[in-house]
Amino acid sequence: MTTPVLELRNVNKSFGPIDVLHDISLTVNAGEVLCLLGDNGAGKSTLIKTLAGVHRPTSGQMLMDGQPVLFERPKDATDRGIATVHQFGGTFPLMTIGRSFFVGMEPTKGWGPFKVFDRKTANEVAVKAVQSFGITRIDDGDRLIGGLSGGERQSLAIARAVHFGARVLILDEPTAALGVKQASHVLRIVLEAKRRGIAVIFITHQVTHAMAVGDHFAVLIRGALAASFKKGERSREEITDLMAGGEALADLGAEIETYMETHDGHPPQPVH
Amino acid sequence: MSFGTFLRKPESGAVLSLVAVALFFVLFAGADLGRFSGAASWVNFAANLGIVALPVGLLMIAGELDISIGAMIPAGSMTVAIVSGHYGMPIAVGILAALALGVVVGLINGILTVRTSVPSLIITLATLVAMQGIVLSASVLLTGNASVALDAPAWAKTLFGTLIGGNYQNIILWWLGFTAIYFVAIHKMPIGNWLFALGGDKDSARNAGIPTDRLTIGLFVLSATSATFVGMCGAILFNSAQVSGGMNYIFNAVVSVVVGGVLLTGGFGSVLGIFIGTLTFAIVSQGIYFTQIDRNWSSLIIGVMLLVAVLMNNAFRKMALSYAPRKKSED
Repeated sequence: MTTPVLELRNVNKSFGPIDVLHDISLTVNAGEVLCLLGDNGAGKSTLIKTLAGVHRPTSGQMLMDGQPVLFERPKDATDRGIATVHQFGGTFPLMTIGRSFFVGMEPTKGWGPFKVFDRKTANEVAVKAVQSFGITRIDDGDRLIGGLSGGERQSLAIARAVHFGARVLILDEPTAALGVKQASHVLRIVLEAKRRGIAVIFITHQVTHAMAVGDHFAVLIRGALAASFKKGERSREEITDLMAGGEALADLGAEIETYMETHDGHPPQPVH
Repeated sequence: MSFGTFLRKPESGAVLSLVAVALFFVLFAGADLGRFSGAASWVNFAANLGIVALPVGLLMIAGELDISIGAMIPAGSMTVAIVSGHYGMPIAVGILAALALGVVVGLINGILTVRTSVPSLIITLATLVAMQGIVLSASVLLTGNASVALDAPAWAKTLFGTLIGGNYQNIILWWLGFTAIYFVAIHKMPIGNWLFALGGDKDSARNAGIPTDRLTIGLFVLSATSATFVGMCGAILFNSAQVSGGMNYIFNAVVSVVVGGVLLTGGFGSVLGIFIGTLTFAIVSQGIYFTQIDRNWSSLIIGVMLLVAVLMNNAFRKMALSYAPRKKSED
């Protein structure tokens, strides 16, 4: 059996007296997509931030390639190859594609104090990187980021992370604000990243998107891992149900049914 | 470069403003071009303003504002005049003291801005008012006067305050030099990329490993020191320093920078734009003497120009954002 790229063992996270994450154990392998599902407030953001080095776990262990790791700050995680792509962030609308691709890691030419930003190389590399992910519409590195569609921006951000050596790619709701077509672009890119052997953690609350790309699924409810299963083990309805709090939804259904049986088929008045 | 490419650049609005103002003066106001092009007044004005407007513009690109320059200009000239004029110390000590004062106030502005969540407009408003008080009190306490004479030696005059050809202040050369240095740094070197990233999205820039705090503090030091530099040069040139003056620079610099195509909220702009914006501002406010328009109208022209330039800049920025080289037919 191969060693997982990233593993969490019984990770807990509390903010003061409030426990946010309870005994989370997860593994992500290279070339696999782990879908992290959960409703708002389930603790997804806290979990991502713990993975990305923003928060430190209160207890529990994080391992990379089987070795325990401790991230003091986000840069530690980045240096180990954990890259987070946020829903909107990470891109600068009024900068060109080439310039924003290399922010903080600008290629230069010349020598000594006369090193100048190598715009031509930057543009070429950026365009090539994003085109290799199948986004062929981006072909001019001098275009401004703000002129790209939401899907193209996400794709560019993912291509950037992969270009700079990401081994674990954390995608925080990349498809949330996108239309159907745009979302399918992003999903294609997720699959491409997986094909390249990157471990992808894909956060979403859109079950359809998760099922399209996921190999493993983990459902978070109130900070605890409510379910963990492989592709094909659960149906879409079961997953949706789990995300909404599982039994709560089933109970509501049963309650309404009982009510209707005793009230000549009329549903109950909505509670105000 | 095609016309479309030109319009998408940050400085396009400034260039068009400059052309429009020049045409207006020549065609409708009967500008005396012969006298105007030979006159030094507007070039001197532009140079003094420009040295301050450049770092103020860079700060605006970074998403910050520094209005303390209004007090730092007289502070610079009073420092050199008190140290070297009143106390008779070597001029080099006075010059260094003036520049050091700029560094200190810049550090205060910068550190307060990155450490607190108070907008830099308010922080520099506070240092503006505070510095005015300090300069006036120190001047009266130390010299008993609000105006101090300074007799600078020849080498200092040659470097910082002399008239070339009888009319042109040599600070013009400093202005051109600073513009060239800023241009290379901002548009040709990685640090320029950091600046635009900082102004575009501070959190993302920090995540990308850019030392955003150090960059912000550095820019505040640059603007405060540039202001004391201008004040210091003025004192050396005119052989005296006054505690008043300098307040006009705040608005003049902001107008120049905004006309120059810098986005008030940060992340967009260019050194060339700030340079041309300053030139345009100087031509309107000083060039009006060479036309048949009463000079009292110049503020109206500046107001209209500011509004038109900002509207143009917005339109051009939208064009730049929606620009795509070849639209493909599918999706």
